[in-house]
Amino acid sequence: MTNLAIAAHGLRKSYGDKVVLDGVDLAVAEGTIFSLLGPNGAGKTTTVQILSTLISAGPTSGDIRVGGHDLATDPQAVRRTIGVTGQFSAVDGLITGEENMLLMADLYHLSPGAGRRVTADLLERFDLVDAAKKPASTYSGGMKRRLDLAMTLVGGPRIIFLDEPTTGLDPRSRHNMWQIIRDLVADGVTVFLTTQYLEEADELADRIAVLTDGRIAAEGTAEELKRLIPGGHVRLRFDDPAAYARASGALRETVRDDQALTLRIPSDGTQRELHVILGRLDAASVHADTLTVHTPDLDDVFFALTGGAAGITDKPKETVR
Amino acid sequence: MSTLTLAARDSSTMLRRNLLHARRYPSLTLNLLLTPIMLLLLFVYIFGDALSAGIGDGGPDRSQYIAYLVPGLLLMTVGSTVIGTAVSVANDMTEGIIARFRTMAIHRGSVLVGHVAGSVLQSVMSVILVGAVAVAIGFRSTGATTVDWLAAFGLLVLFSLALTWIAVGMGLVSPNAEAASNNAMPLILLPLLSSAFVPVDSMPGWFQPIAEYQPFTPAIETLRGLLLGSEIGHHGWLAVAWCLGLSVLGYLWSTATFNRDSK
Repeated sequence: MTNLAIAAHGLRKSYGDKVVLDGVDLAVAEGTIFSLLGPNGAGKTTTVQILSTLISAGPTSGDIRVGGHDLATDPQAVRRTIGVTGQFSAVDGLITGEENMLLMADLYHLSPGAGRRVTADLLERFDLVDAAKKPASTYSGGMKRRLDLAMTLVGGPRIIFLDEPTTGLDPRSRHNMWQIIRDLVADGVTVFLTTQYLEEADELADRIAVLTDGRIAAEGTAEELKRLIPGGHVRLRFDDPAAYARASGALRETVRDDQALTLRIPSDGTQRELHVILGRLDAASVHADTLTVHTPDLDDVFFALTGGAAGITDKPKETVR
Repeated sequence: MSTLTLAARDSSTMLRRNLLHARRYPSLTLNLLLTPIMLLLLFVYIFGDALSAGIGDGGPDRSQYIAYLVPGLLLMTVGSTVIGTAVSVANDMTEGIIARFRTMAIHRGSVLVGHVAGSVLQSVMSVILVGAVAVAIGFRSTGATTVDWLAAFGLLVLFSLALTWIAVGMGLVSPNAEAASNNAMPLILLPLLSSAFVPVDSMPGWFQPIAEYQPFTPAIETLRGLLLGSEIGHHGWLAVAWCLGLSVLGYLWSTATFNRDSK
């Protein structure tokens, strides 16, 4: 493995009796996207707040290094290497987008000329030129998030923390943000991303750690995590209860959902297995109204590891587990 | 870059930010100016005849009461302006941008210093505006030399600095703007319990020590002495002591509060 941008050993934090982080180990290689995935309240934001020097780590934490600098003894050096875009937009709503950018340029101690150049470049790159002279409070959610990230980039950070960067964004803005994040890494920057969207982690991250109840439940690439869980299946849905009952009799190893008239059959989704299933249905002369093939996705991993955080997914999926 | 130049540079950046806020949204500052101006007009034109009977050489003379009233109202203007400071600090702390500042390699105190410097400038400008209204309705200083004027200006800045640091602390411990406005209310009520409107001698005996030694009275009496030539006496050093004491106290309180973990 190459140099580590972030290395944390036994990261702990509690507030009174409430343990938020209970010994989290992290190793993020330079120039990669690392995603911390977890449900609300798992401790994702607390992790980002500690690594970005916003709050102190618990006293029993081990060694924590960000950008090669010790977090506890040299936080100012850490701050010089990082940029943070939090879950709640960190823009000054009272002044314009351009003024926000120039404010950052001043605080990063750029010369006035360099400050104006960087501001113009980033406003252009983040599609904010038209809105540059308007107060940031009038921006839409997606624009605010883009301005937020643009402000983070003014100082040219080597490590960027993104705490739920797409929460609350519409699908189009979300895809825009994903592209922006991919471009960042192409420039050699390290991205530490938290998200509660499995799709997002799957889409972007080189490595994913699943955080639940203040502990890392699993870590690896998206492929590695998916391999942990056998979860492929074929789903058959029927409109006619009689057909549903006949199909259920004709097929083996089915998981029934009598309410939705849906059958799930474990399968790896190969042509041969589909052939067998279709053959049995033909033999019993039943016709499914829809047939879908599901390969295991991170959802399956997530629910298996986090003990099925109820309420996020659709119910039928949970009945299987 | 040395710590001091870093501190100065970042603080002036933060000051520019606060002045930009004030310029973009002047309504808060202007609203707060209304209180002292209204009180000035109210006390001069509505209560003036009755109140002036009780001071000076007796006999209803409104101009004497204007002279008596103005120094107190000028300092009350400071109290009123810094309520705006408490409100804007509290507002600011609820904004995500403060969290961003904390993760940047900037001088840590610069956020607060920017607020304080901006607020002192605003106080001075507000006092000049209220002073102009006072002159327009007939206030004149008597026998004030250049040194007196400079000393009066210095007192004003020092007094603003003291109240501002206290107001910043109040803003930091308030969860929102409404709470900050309430918490800072004593800063505008305190002048009512001072020698701003009536002499301390005319108050009930048990109350006189409170009115005499609270921060506003010594500052008002000193300003009165500088502008109108009345006796300053022990009020001078008492005023400076109050200002320095409150500044240091407010500074320590504010920085300690600001540097606490945000959660």
